[in-house]
Amino acid sequence: MIEYALAFALACVALGILLNLARLAIGPSATDRILALDTMVINSISLLILYGVWQSSPMYFEAVLLLAMVGFISTVAYCRYILHGNVIE
Amino acid sequence: MELFYEILVSALLVIAGVFTLIGSFGLLKLDDLMKRLHGPTKATTLGVGAALLASMAFFALFVERLSFHELLVTIFLFLTAPITANMIAKAHLHRHPSAEENLPDTSSDQGWATYHSAPTIKAAELTKES
Repeated sequence: MIEYALAFALACVALGILLNLARLAIGPSATDRILALDTMVINSISLLILYGVWQSSPMYFEAVLLLAMVGFISTVAYCRYILHGNVIE
Repeated sequence: MELFYEILVSALLVIAGVFTLIGSFGLLKLDDLMKRLHGPTKATTLGVGAALLASMAFFALFVERLSFHELLVTIFLFLTAPITANMIAKAHLHRHPSAEENLPDTSSDQGWATYHSAPTIKAAELTKES
């Protein structure tokens, strides 16, 4: 039963990433694209966790943690760049 | 008991998938950025949260390996999601100054803090009151 639920969840998350990609392409403004990228990172986190369950390997948590941190910092850096014109003063 | 564990993990996995999909669909469907900010919050909290709980339950029940790494990711995401949303909303408001008309009234002389600087209090007024 877990295999089917896992396949369903993986398909849902993959479809979600495709929808985010559509929003990333449509835009229309830069902040929309930042939001789409941020959501894409969060969906990739979900995808990696589910893939870790699929492989029954605990190796992916480090990657998940790194991805969460890099995603957060990059989103804040993009927003700061739009607000201030630079990232670090 | 084995069946109960399987149902638990499967239910958590299905919840994770459905909420992630709903969040991404909301991001695509809603028509304004301020509305669009709502969609991904479901994916962040319920989607990733349920996926992490499912992963924890799976490793604890079927691989006999209890780990709390996942809680770190959950806590980190719960802490950073409001900051990200705030930054994106602020960047949006400053890119589109006309958005101020759509903001609700602050019910005070002072407008929204992101557009107007804080009211200055003169030192003389402070000493007079005290």
